[in-house]
Amino acid sequence: MIAYERRASPLHAARAPVAAAYAVALVSSVLLFEHPLALVALGIAIIGAGVLAGAGPSLARAALFAIPFAIIIAVINPLVVREGLTVVLRLGELGPLGQLDVTAEALEFGAILGLRALLVMLAGGALLAATVDADEVLQRFRRISAHSALTAALAVRLVPVLGRDARRLADARRCRPGAAARPGPAERLQIVRAVATGALDRALDVAATLEVRGYATPAATRGARRLREPWSRHDLAFAASALGLVALALGARLVGVATFEAYPRTQAPVGAAEIVLAVALVIVALLPFADRRGVER
Amino acid sequence: MLRFEHVSYRYPHALEPALHDVSLDIAPGEFVVAAGLSASGKSTFLRAACGLVPHFYGGEFGGRVLTGGLDTREHGPGALAAVAGTLFQDPETQVVLSTVRAELALPLENRGHAPSAVARGVEEAALALGIAELLERSTHELSGGELQRVALGAALAGRPQIVLLDEPTSQLDPVAGDELVWLLRRLNEEWGTTIVLVEHRLERCLGAADRVIAFEGGAVACDAPPRGFLEWTAENVPALATPGARLFARAGLRPPPAGVKQARATLRAHGLLVEPPSDVAAAPLASDSAPSRPARRLGRRARAGPPPALAFHNVWHERAGGRAVLRGLDLALAPGERVALMGRNGAGKSTLLRHANGLLAPTRGHVESSGRVALLLQNPNDYFLADRVGDELDADALERRGLAALADRHPRDLSGGERQRLALGIVSGGDPPPAALCLDEPTRGMDRAAKGDLATGLRAAAAAGSAVLVATHDPEFAAVVANRVVLLAGGRTIADGPVAELLTGGWYFATETARIVDGALLPEDGAELLRKRMTLEVRP
Repeated sequence: MIAYERRASPLHAARAPVAAAYAVALVSSVLLFEHPLALVALGIAIIGAGVLAGAGPSLARAALFAIPFAIIIAVINPLVVREGLTVVLRLGELGPLGQLDVTAEALEFGAILGLRALLVMLAGGALLAATVDADEVLQRFRRISAHSALTAALAVRLVPVLGRDARRLADARRCRPGAAARPGPAERLQIVRAVATGALDRALDVAATLEVRGYATPAATRGARRLREPWSRHDLAFAASALGLVALALGARLVGVATFEAYPRTQAPVGAAEIVLAVALVIVALLPFADRRGVER
Repeated sequence: MLRFEHVSYRYPHALEPALHDVSLDIAPGEFVVAAGLSASGKSTFLRAACGLVPHFYGGEFGGRVLTGGLDTREHGPGALAAVAGTLFQDPETQVVLSTVRAELALPLENRGHAPSAVARGVEEAALALGIAELLERSTHELSGGELQRVALGAALAGRPQIVLLDEPTSQLDPVAGDELVWLLRRLNEEWGTTIVLVEHRLERCLGAADRVIAFEGGAVACDAPPRGFLEWTAENVPALATPGARLFARAGLRPPPAGVKQARATLRAHGLLVEPPSDVAAAPLASDSAPSRPARRLGRRARAGPPPALAFHNVWHERAGGRAVLRGLDLALAPGERVALMGRNGAGKSTLLRHANGLLAPTRGHVESSGRVALLLQNPNDYFLADRVGDELDADALERRGLAALADRHPRDLSGGERQRLALGIVSGGDPPPAALCLDEPTRGMDRAAKGDLATGLRAAAAAGSAVLVATHDPEFAAVVANRVVLLAGGRTIADGPVAELLTGGWYFATETARIVDGALLPEDGAELLRKRMTLEVRP
């Protein structure tokens, strides 16, 4: 499970909303591009940001789950899309799917879609979870809606609690005489069922704790403010980077740089403009990491 | 500060009331211990005091509770949090945010304190509890003991007028447990904070308390100063008596002591305190808790040649990117040997047990056993996957464990002691018995009667040939169940010897009897020693 841990990195030194905006800007950029060169550049930026923020292992763990999803997307697309001119495989009549011809264009666009899904999961999932302090975000959100924040806080806290419950149950199962070291599907189902059964009790316990800490009382909502902190160099740098990334992506779309056509034939022109854009995306995303002054809290 | 007026309460769907006509007054600045056997109503009393009963749990509520002058019928737990800090048993669900600093700040922010007051409150709570170095740590990576201290910090951060604590020392080693009780006493004396503490290990806290309220069947059965309470236990509920009180009762001394200091003062006044230890006091008495000669020989044989039931050879456990939790640990248990594994939080006890049955593999060294190793982890609930007790164990095994009548019950509806027996039955399996039986903190949250039953069961398992290895923070339980103690620190064995040697003569890893009477381990031993001294005194 990926959880926030304060590390000595420029991204962790930025305030939580700015760090979140940076991750969202990376995700938005990925969603705005289909051009493979731009996506590769953003991939470098995301992995680079993760490594430079000390969240490389978190990204690697997330990739273990994300890559199979990306591959499934890449495989399904050519099977369900009937567009493209270059037939590379004729599978004939396949029941309800009818005549199935796999085209090179559908294969290429499937790979693009898979890559985008992978990058969204890495930036919007792993990087965000590992570098953005959810407590700080929740605290700021509490001023807007106390009850929604209470629900969110409960859900956020329950995830690690139930994760630990599942690990303990799995260990206890291994302590039974004759139990296999790795649980089979039936045993896994038993553990999931036991965790789900206990989830309500756990939720009640955590909710009781939130109650006796005075969460979501009127005073709490009024008090949901922090010391007025001046913007640090890292706040400014990552805010500028987030804005720069979105501006580059939108600008490129407006002026027609890094355009991509999947069908009927794949068109992904690579010229000087695309190369400059790719380099600019990487530089704008990673430049804030160059300044490591004041990264320790 | 806290007033109960004819309070009765029944949980939703419960047949019996959890509280029955409870009336009491706790004055500002009092340090009160709430005592009682399991399910006597202690925890419900705390829940009523902090407003969770009835606002959070529902049910039928009668009477009136005033906490810090606020009527709990009109003010919910959130409002009462302004005057009452509350800490429950399970630290896992007592910490709600992801960093320690945010956790400590939460109650202060919730009360609408100014940002500078929040920052100051966090620093002071962290310093008071010795957790300043944890402030930037993520709560998901803390140990149980660390979580407990952070949760306590959150309860204390707002400097509440009254602090309500439900077994706060259950996860702590003896050192941290004693430190916590004295921290509470300091808060009580210096800030005038009212303390209401529910605790099973009364010997830890009676010395600091002004008053003890004992519950029985949801009603107040005794409300007296510690010594008065101990006199009441002797006649009514001996299972609640502290080892020191049992020692005095057996030796025919009065009044019963509320702590080691009082006990030694009484002995000194009677001329029964020997300082420094005399030859008589230094020689441990022959008792079941002291290792017999055959047991000593058995231990040596196990190390010398014949196969031990369980052995750890130069076992290291080095976390990837982290510290070494075990450092070249050697330990052998002979069949039938009963070993208590003790040490501070983080000493490596749980990690060592997890190596015993292969849940963890050593990064260096190896573990060998002469047969199956059964391991009971801390929470027996983790072993229950079925909805019926009868589906967890077969009829014969249930009969052997005294659980046959409960076969149709849900495992989670059993009492703490019954759940422990069921879990022990699950891991022990059928015939043949396991070569070694390992238990990790099995007495957490248990009253003295349930601990006694567990000790009896473990001694029976050892008599049947299983080696028993118990990790525990409870010296009293270790003294009853073990014949050998291994003390760990920093992943290494720092002491290994007979229980009569290891649990006497120390400040923390020692029974209360041993701290009162040098050379004795259990109240029975101490009483005999005192009687001998009395005989010497009266001899011309």
